[in-house]
Amino acid sequence: MSTNSEVADIKPPAINVGVLGWVRSHLFNGALNTIATIVVLLVGMKFIPQFIQWAFIDSVWFTSGKECHEATGACWSVVTQNIRFNVFGYYPYEHQWRPLVAMIILVSMLVYSRDWKKWNRRLGYIWLVALFVMGLLMKGGLFGLVSVESTKWSGLPLTLLLSFFGILASYPLGVALALGRQSTMPVIKAFSVVYIELIRGVPLITMLFMSSVMFPLFLPEGVTIDKVLRAQVAIIIFTAAYVAEVVRGGLQAMDQGQYEAAESLGLNYFQKMRLIILPQALKIVIPPTVGVLISAFKDTSLVVIIALYDILNTTKSILNVPEWTGFSTEAYIFVASIYFVFCFSMSQYSRYVESELEYKAEEK
Amino acid sequence: MITTNENHAAKTRFWNDEKTRGIIYQVVTAMLVAFIGYYLISNVQDNMAKQSIASGFGFLEKEAAFEIGEKSIEYSAADSYGRALVVGVINTLKVSLVGMLLTTMLGTIVGVCTLSSNWLISKLGTIYVEIFQNIPVLLQLFFFYALFYEAFPGPRQALSPVAGLFISNRGIDFAVPAQHFAWSYVVAAFLAASVIAFFMTRWAKKRQEGTGQQFPSFWIGLGLLAGLPLLTWVVCGAPTELDIPALKGFNFQGGQNISPEFSALLFGLVLYTASFIAQIVRAGIQSISHGQSEAAMSIGLKTKHVLSLVIFPQALRVIIPPLTSQLLNLTKNSSLAVAIGYPDFVQVAGTTINQTGQAVEGVALMMLVYLTLSLLTSVFMNWYNKRIAIIER
Repeated sequence: MSTNSEVADIKPPAINVGVLGWVRSHLFNGALNTIATIVVLLVGMKFIPQFIQWAFIDSVWFTSGKECHEATGACWSVVTQNIRFNVFGYYPYEHQWRPLVAMIILVSMLVYSRDWKKWNRRLGYIWLVALFVMGLLMKGGLFGLVSVESTKWSGLPLTLLLSFFGILASYPLGVALALGRQSTMPVIKAFSVVYIELIRGVPLITMLFMSSVMFPLFLPEGVTIDKVLRAQVAIIIFTAAYVAEVVRGGLQAMDQGQYEAAESLGLNYFQKMRLIILPQALKIVIPPTVGVLISAFKDTSLVVIIALYDILNTTKSILNVPEWTGFSTEAYIFVASIYFVFCFSMSQYSRYVESELEYKAEEK
Repeated sequence: MITTNENHAAKTRFWNDEKTRGIIYQVVTAMLVAFIGYYLISNVQDNMAKQSIASGFGFLEKEAAFEIGEKSIEYSAADSYGRALVVGVINTLKVSLVGMLLTTMLGTIVGVCTLSSNWLISKLGTIYVEIFQNIPVLLQLFFFYALFYEAFPGPRQALSPVAGLFISNRGIDFAVPAQHFAWSYVVAAFLAASVIAFFMTRWAKKRQEGTGQQFPSFWIGLGLLAGLPLLTWVVCGAPTELDIPALKGFNFQGGQNISPEFSALLFGLVLYTASFIAQIVRAGIQSISHGQSEAAMSIGLKTKHVLSLVIFPQALRVIIPPLTSQLLNLTKNSSLAVAIGYPDFVQVAGTTINQTGQAVEGVALMMLVYLTLSLLTSVFMNWYNKRIAIIER
């Protein structure tokens, strides 16, 4: 009598659920996918054990270069034995804690200010103080810190310095150029267009060449400008053109009504831009802007070509020492992972911002 | 109306008038730029006079007195700077064109892979994109260049995965058909077949649009492209002799050599740029709404036709503009050749600057060449973009 109500739930076949089901629907759905999976697995089985053998089992970690040449595996000693030169370059050995502290301050400030809801006046002042402290640590000369010439700045601090200030200074310049390009004044518009298109049409390397071989000719006799600063200016000039194009995208995406509403409130040009247009336009272009900033960060590695010692060039000079020649794979993997960590976290940040912005748009 | 305007004009001071102000801003900017320009140029002239550096492009005629490792046209140290620079431009073009082609193919494949329903394939695609995108291209170039010198054996122990192909630290050497008059005819036949196939496809398309009759232009075109050169080859006596690289002394003689510099540059540029193109392709395909493929399937199109007739033509419109800028980036990044010693234009120009001291002219030439290349690429891509754009009725 109650048999009907006691019908047991029919479970789906075991092959369609759980791990098996997942494997079936994600790896072996269809003939082509099955073949692809098998090929990938076979190739992986051939190379991954070899790689692990090389990188971890047969590898040496804390030896001299001589023992490295005898080992069959990877020679991570090239990284561990030279880590301080690799990271800090020619900065005086006993003062290398200073760039280290400066870098820690910079990175933690960046991580702290990642959320734009925290951006306010107080944070601005904290940044000013932090910048001053960092500059003091790098340069020295005050409070008993020994002064260190900027020509000695090298390694990772130089990379971070070039990219951070490159980004910081190019951003307002880029915004100004984008506004200039949208301007109704023909002369200003023409200058902006020429600047942006000219810079975007040439590789960064020509700008760096310009800064290193051509710029000294531009200066009156007796005046010299530090090489690091010249490279820095080249990077700023270059990045600004790319920022300008991104910002222009944001300005064009703005609704015409916003401009009109601002004007009908009686705001003048600067008020209109500062209070109404730019805050909205810059926000919607945060993701592509971060893209530009990531490229700027990677592009600082090009200063190798004009013989500045950023982290890539210190690595190269370690590899030129006879004791360590022949281990470039290991050394480059180490530097690559440093670049990767920075770039990857920036791109993850841009994705987070993007999803945040989309979420807000949906809420409306 | 006129009177109110006049009244208005009378009331506002001239510096409060928007138009006058605009003119003042512009005049000030123009004067500022002109002044800075004048100041810099006069400094350059002073400095060059003091260091007794010649000015102008007269140096192009002078003897270069340096060798170039890789050249596609005749060049020796006795030739002029002008010719050396032309060799550099050709080398830049060579690596850029080959790179553009390969990177577009690789990028498309990886982009499609990241969308694969196979978890393993799509994860591999994503990992590829993340790794290669987030490492500076210069570092990748150094890496591949070092790989060639350190991981590959010398010519004597060269790796030979296939007969006639040798990989050593002197680059890649492979066998090519030995010189024979037939080969030039074969190339001519192939070109002729391409032209015929092109016009045939156009005719077939027109006929299908007019009458609805289909024509197997793809297969016939393929047959033409393969058949005509083959026929020519047989008619000319079917030469099979190969020019196989052979070890003589410390290096290979004969065959065709691709230098380690070129290979490393090409590898680095292609792998780096492909990671960006993969993302563009993925975004392009994802931008087509699902309804499109459902609609296409519901009118009975086969899967391959859904892709080739509905999805791809639409995705292409989203893909082309960012693709253009990536291909331009590849051309510009090819200037990093200077760091690994491939004699591209920037390297030759750099040597020229060092020897003559004429930095201004040298850098101006560099900018001119790259601007021209950028302009040509974007003109071509804009033309293509216009061709595939939606034709609104």
